[in-house]
Amino acid sequence: MIYDTIIIGGGPAGLAAAVKAKKLGLKVLLLDENEFLGGILPQCIHPGFGLHYFKEELTGPEFAHRFIREINKLNIEHYTNAYVLEIENYSDLEKKVVFSSPKGVMEVWGKTIIYAAGARERHAFEIGIVGDRVAGIYTAGEAQTLMDIYGVMPGKEVVIVGSGDVGLIMARRFALEGAKVKAVIELMPYPGGLARNVMILRDFEIPLYLSHKVVEVRGRKRVEKVKVVKVDENLKEIPGSEFWIECDTLLISAGLIPNVKLLKRIGAQIDPLNGGPIVNEFLETTIPGIFVAGNALLINDLVDYVAEQGELAALGAKEFIKNQGILSRKWIELKRGSNVRILAPHYISGERDVYIYARVSRPMENVRVTFPEIGKELRLPVVKPSEMLRIKLKAEEMQKAEKEITMEVEKGEV
Amino acid sequence: MKTRVAIIGAGISGASIARVLSKYENLEVHLIEKNADVGWGVSKANTALIHGGYDDDPEKYPMRAKLCIKGNRLWHEWVKELEIPHIWNGALIVALRDEDFKELEELLERGRKNGVPEMRIVDKEELFHLEPNLNPEALGGLWVPIVGQIGPIPAVIAIVENAVANGVKLHLETEVRGIKVEGGEVKGVETNNGFIEADVVINAAGLYADEISKIVGVNDFEIHPRKGEYWIFDDDIPGPRRVLFPTPTPKSKGVVVTTEISGHLMIGPNAQDLPKEEKENLATTREGLEEVWKKAKELWPNLPPRSKVIRTFAGLRPEPTGGDFIIRAEKEVWGFINVAGIRSPGLTSAPAIAYEVRDIIKLDLEIKLVEKKKWNPYRKDITHFFMLSKEKANELVKQNPSYGKVVCKCNHVSEGDILEAIKRMKLIGVKTPSIDSIKVRTKATSGTCQGSFCRVRIARILAREYGVDLWNVTLKGKGSEIGIGDVKVLLRGEVE
Amino acid sequence: MRYKLTCIVCPMGCTVEVEVENGRVKEVSGYKCPRGKEWAIEEVISPKRVVMSVIKVKDGKLPTVSVKTDKPVPKDKIPELMKLLAKIEVKAPIEVGQVILEKPLNLDVKVVATREVDSA
Repeated sequence: MIYDTIIIGGGPAGLAAAVKAKKLGLKVLLLDENEFLGGILPQCIHPGFGLHYFKEELTGPEFAHRFIREINKLNIEHYTNAYVLEIENYSDLEKKVVFSSPKGVMEVWGKTIIYAAGARERHAFEIGIVGDRVAGIYTAGEAQTLMDIYGVMPGKEVVIVGSGDVGLIMARRFALEGAKVKAVIELMPYPGGLARNVMILRDFEIPLYLSHKVVEVRGRKRVEKVKVVKVDENLKEIPGSEFWIECDTLLISAGLIPNVKLLKRIGAQIDPLNGGPIVNEFLETTIPGIFVAGNALLINDLVDYVAEQGELAALGAKEFIKNQGILSRKWIELKRGSNVRILAPHYISGERDVYIYARVSRPMENVRVTFPEIGKELRLPVVKPSEMLRIKLKAEEMQKAEKEITMEVEKGEV
Repeated sequence: MKTRVAIIGAGISGASIARVLSKYENLEVHLIEKNADVGWGVSKANTALIHGGYDDDPEKYPMRAKLCIKGNRLWHEWVKELEIPHIWNGALIVALRDEDFKELEELLERGRKNGVPEMRIVDKEELFHLEPNLNPEALGGLWVPIVGQIGPIPAVIAIVENAVANGVKLHLETEVRGIKVEGGEVKGVETNNGFIEADVVINAAGLYADEISKIVGVNDFEIHPRKGEYWIFDDDIPGPRRVLFPTPTPKSKGVVVTTEISGHLMIGPNAQDLPKEEKENLATTREGLEEVWKKAKELWPNLPPRSKVIRTFAGLRPEPTGGDFIIRAEKEVWGFINVAGIRSPGLTSAPAIAYEVRDIIKLDLEIKLVEKKKWNPYRKDITHFFMLSKEKANELVKQNPSYGKVVCKCNHVSEGDILEAIKRMKLIGVKTPSIDSIKVRTKATSGTCQGSFCRVRIARILAREYGVDLWNVTLKGKGSEIGIGDVKVLLRGEVE
Repeated sequence: MRYKLTCIVCPMGCTVEVEVENGRVKEVSGYKCPRGKEWAIEEVISPKRVVMSVIKVKDGKLPTVSVKTDKPVPKDKIPELMKLLAKIEVKAPIEVGQVILEKPLNLDVKVVATREVDSA
C-alpha cells in the first residue's frame, strides 16, 4: 500500500496540507509526534489566528480545532505519538518513512512527502549566556506549555529575552497570572513584535530595554539574578554598562530555527539565511517529490500563511504525481536584493501566479519594493523584520523575466 | 559480627570503593551521599577520560603515578562488566613547537617508569594518519593507544547499581554533620537522617574531603577548587577520532579536544584556581570559555561557528595540598580512611583506588576480609531505543507500547527508556525526582534543543511515576523545582 | 493631558494623538481612518482588552482549558476578573465555544472555552 502523500507534522501546515490533499483526491497519511494534533496551536491561547483564512479572529486552539474537525469529518488517516526517525528517497515516486509509535516501529511508503515539522527555539547557550545552569531558565514555548497546557506556574519574577511576539505574549501571560515581569530585554534598537503586542508592555508597565542583552545568570539552585549589558549600533557591548536584575525566572524568546535535520540527512539543499530548504513555487525541495510547508520552510508570523503553504504543498504533491514531477520550461531564480533577508520560494516557473514570502533585514519607512527585471513596484509605508511580507507575482507580470527576478527593498523618495 | 563501613560521598571514588567492598561478606557497607542522586559532585563535570598514566611524576605524585595506570587497566574489565558506555580510541599529545618534543620525551620516559605500555613518539606523517584534521602546523606527537573515554556519571550510576545489587546500602539526601570518635576510634557518622554506626569511615567527599577530615582532627591538608570550563557542540559537527592534548604544563594537562561519548565535539577544560570558599562556584565565565576556545583552536583550527554550541558547562577539581592523592588510614583516628584530593587522574584511578582502600582495610586496619561465595560482577544498562535495530525495537514495543513513544526527539529516547531509568532510580533509593537523573541515564535533554521540547514531557512522566505534582519535579534536587505551584497560585495569594 | 498612541487597528500603525481635558476628549489628530479615531478615543477614555487565560479542569485529559472573553473587558476590571477565574474549576468534557461564565463581575461579556477537553 503506497500513500499518495505522507505528511510529517500535524500543526497548522500539516493539517492544512492534509485537508487539501484529501479534498484533491489523494491518499493521505498524517503523522504527528505529539499526543494531540495541532502542533504549537493548542498552547497559543491568544487571538490573532485566522483573520485572513477564516475572516475571523480566533485563538490558536480554535484555529486548530477547525482543521481537526475536518480531519475527522473527512476520515483522514492519522497517527499521533508518531515520531519520524528516518526518511528515504528511493526514487521519484517512492519515498520511505520510518516512524515510531506505541504501535511499533513502522515503515510506510508514499509517492510524495510533505514535511511540516515546524521549528525549534533558540536556547540560552546559543545566545552566549554564561553563568549557572540552574532551574528557572525556560524557552518561551516551554513556559507556555507549562502554563497554558499543564497549568504550572513557572515562576514569579520574570526577565524576558526578546521583544518578539512570542516574548511579549508570554509577558502578558505571566503578568495576567500574577507574576511580576521585571523587564523585556531586546538586542535591537527597536521592538521585535507587532504593535498590538508591543502595547502589552504599556498595559502591564513592563520596562523595555532596547539595545541590551542578557549575558549572565547567577543562582544557587534556581535563577536569582541576571546581568544585562547595553550594546552599541554595531551590537557590541558597551563596557561599564552592566547592571543586575533580580528575578527567579529567565525566559528566552530569541528566535526559532526550522527543524530540518531529516531533510539535511537525505541531501536537501538548505538556504542558510532562511534556515529551511530551497524550494520551487510548489514548495518542493531539491529532492523531487518532497515538499515543505510552515515553519520548517521559513519562520512565519501569521498562521494563515502557514496554512496557505500547507495547501500549496498539497497542490504540489498532486501536480507531482499527475505529471511525474514538477515540470517547467524554465526556472526563474528569485534573488535577494538590498534589505531582503528571508525569501522563498527560490525558483519559480513564471507560468502561474506565485506568492512570495519575505522578511527585510532592517526596518524602513516609506518603502519601495521593486522587482527590476519585470518592472514591478509597490509602495509600503513601513517594513519591519518581524512582519513577513507576502507579495503576489502574477503570471502576466513575469513574462519579461528570463533567468532571475530580484527583490529589492529601498527607501522611496519623499 | 559484620564490620560496618561508612563511605562518605557517592562520586566515582566512593562508588568504586563501595563496589569493591561489597565483595566481602563480613562488611556491611553504607554509601552516604548528600545530593538527591549519585555522581553529582566532581564526577558530574569533567573531561571523561581514562588517562594513560604518563603524566604523573612518580617522585612528586607517587599515588597518582601508581594508581592511574592500574585504574586504566581495571576499567577495561569494569566497562564490560557494568555496560558503561566507553571507547578506547587512544590519545595524541601534540607538539606544536620544536621545544614541545623535549617535554614529550620526558612524558614517554615517565610513562615507561609508571608501566604504561605501547606509547611512542610519532612523526608528522604518522600523526596526521592518526588524526587527519589536526592543525596542519603540528609537528609530531606522543601516541598513547591505551587512553579511552567513558561517560562519567553513567559510570558512577552503573557502579552504584552493581554495589547496591550486591548489598550496599545507599543513603541519598544524607549529609554528614559529625563523626563520632571514642577512644581514638570511629564509632559512626551523624547525619541529617540520623546516626549511622560504623567501625570504618572512608572519606571520599570530593571537594569537601578536607572539611570532613577536619571533623576528626586530621587537618594537615586543604582542598581548593580548580574550575574548568567546557563547550559542547551539535552532533552534526565532526570531531576528532582521538583524544587530543596539547603538550602539558606543570599546572594542567591543557585544553583537550575530544569527541565525547555521545558523539559531540567537546573542548575544555581550562584551569582556574578558586579560593576554598568557592566550592560551589560552577558558573561558566566569558573569560574562561574564551580561553578554552583560543587554546582548542591551536589543536583543532576548524572549530564550528559559536552558534553551533549546544552547551557550555564548568566542573571543579578538588586540588589537594601537595598535589597527590591522599589515600591513607589515619593513625590518630583508628578506622578513619582519607580518600582525598582525587583530582585528575581521579576518574581513571577510581577502580585502583578502591582496591587500594581495600588493602588499607586489610593490611593497615588488619580487618580480615572474607569473600562472598556469590558476588555478581555484572550489571546491565537500561534499554536505549536509539541503539536498537528496527526488529528489536518492534519486539520491545509489542511487549510494552511505551517504548514506541519517542520523548526526546533529538536523541531518540523513548518513554520506555525513561520508565526503566525511573525504575533503576527507585531501586537505588532516589526519592526526589529530577530531570538530571533522567538525563544522565538516558541522554534525554542533552541534544540539539537542550530539552526545550522534551523537558516538560519528562517532568510529566516523573510526576506521574513519583506521584508528585508537576511543579514539584526538580531539575537537580530540592530547591530546583520546575515551577512554584499551579498556574493560579499567585492569584490565590499563596506565594509571597 | 496629551496622549500619543500607536494605533493597532490595521498594520499601518499610525501615531494618533488625543487631547483630554477634564475627562473629555478635546482633540484627536494623526489618524488616517475613522476606525483609528474611534479606537484612539476609546483607548484613552475607557481602554478595553480581550482577556485570555486558562481555567483549571477537573476529570479531564488535560488539567486546563483555554478561555477568552467574547468581548473586550475594561482594563481596570481585568485584575479582578483574573482573580475570579483563579477560583473556578470546570468539569470535563468541555467543547470549543462552551460558555464557562456569564456576566462575570456584572460585565456584559461571556467567558468561553477555546479548546476541547475530553474526559479523562
